[in-house]
Amino acid sequence: MTQAAVTNEGQARTPPEGWQGIAADWSSDQRAFKNVPWGKAMMWIFLLSDTFIFSIFLLSYMTVRMSTTEPWPDPSTVFALSFGGEKIPLILIAIMTFILISSSGTMAMAVNFGYRRDRVKSAVLMLVTALFGAMFVGMQAFEWTKLIVEEGVRPWGNPFGAAQFGSSFFMITGFHGFHVSIGVLFLIITARKVWRGDFDREKRGFFTSRKGNYEAVEIMGLYWHFVDLVWVFIFAVFYLW
Amino acid sequence: MAHAEGQQHPISVYLKIWGLLFVLSAFSYMVDYYNIEGYPRWGLILLFMMLKAGLIVAIFMHMAWERLALMYAILLPPLLVLVFVFLMTFEADYTMISRGIFFGPGS
Repeated sequence: MTQAAVTNEGQARTPPEGWQGIAADWSSDQRAFKNVPWGKAMMWIFLLSDTFIFSIFLLSYMTVRMSTTEPWPDPSTVFALSFGGEKIPLILIAIMTFILISSSGTMAMAVNFGYRRDRVKSAVLMLVTALFGAMFVGMQAFEWTKLIVEEGVRPWGNPFGAAQFGSSFFMITGFHGFHVSIGVLFLIITARKVWRGDFDREKRGFFTSRKGNYEAVEIMGLYWHFVDLVWVFIFAVFYLW
Repeated sequence: MAHAEGQQHPISVYLKIWGLLFVLSAFSYMVDYYNIEGYPRWGLILLFMMLKAGLIVAIFMHMAWERLALMYAILLPPLLVLVFVFLMTFEADYTMISRGIFFGPGS
């Protein structure tokens, strides 16, 4: 997508691509991120900082798991569920993964329909996304309850092995679940705005007083996909490793 | 000024990526289900993880269509975390050795 920038002479020019594009974008006292509304650039930068937070959680988990002399509990059996007397390993986590991926799919389509000004489809898809998110948090609450009440896992110890398992688990999944919950809340707020047609009428936001437009849906989408992205890493290194 | 509306892509792109993510998740679950152990397990887990992460960032978050200035500003800094990972593996190693020496059986 090339959007012409207007120079001092009033002529339209297309910015250069490749390495020259990077140099041109970052230099000469211009805004660095062309073709990107600042709200979106700021969301990306927030997500970058959030990436570091989750990186540090996963890193500290790696460090305690590598440095403990006790055997690490096997997540495959700890998170197994029984159906009809047969234990299926890690099944709840697998279902949660598929739910979160589906929510990402519906969110991506909500953004697309938003830009097409199909506000009903956009709002409905966002509400479906929020519903998937709420299902995810609900299953996580079930998982926590099972672990705390039935299995006796605590941040300072558990019956399966290394004590650090509990603290890593509650810290990482808790922080992720908190992100999902906040996302659900904001999805509902944004869906309501889309439904009312706030972005078609460029109605000003109650908090920022800025003119609303469908970029808000894409920014919301960026946050939601990020939550899914973090889960990809948690699923791989915490549950499967 | 005519304002080009943000990212416009056909819906089919998202549906295909959605399907791919499902398949990749199923594969990574299969790794656990069929009890693949050791280096194949870790390799496969990391491979499927990186593929899924790449698809989400590139297509769902539209990074593939952004200008290079934004791509590099967002995607390069997290790579530095790998240096931190490298440092912490050494830290973890000597912590475990010290624990083995001072708190292990027979110490």
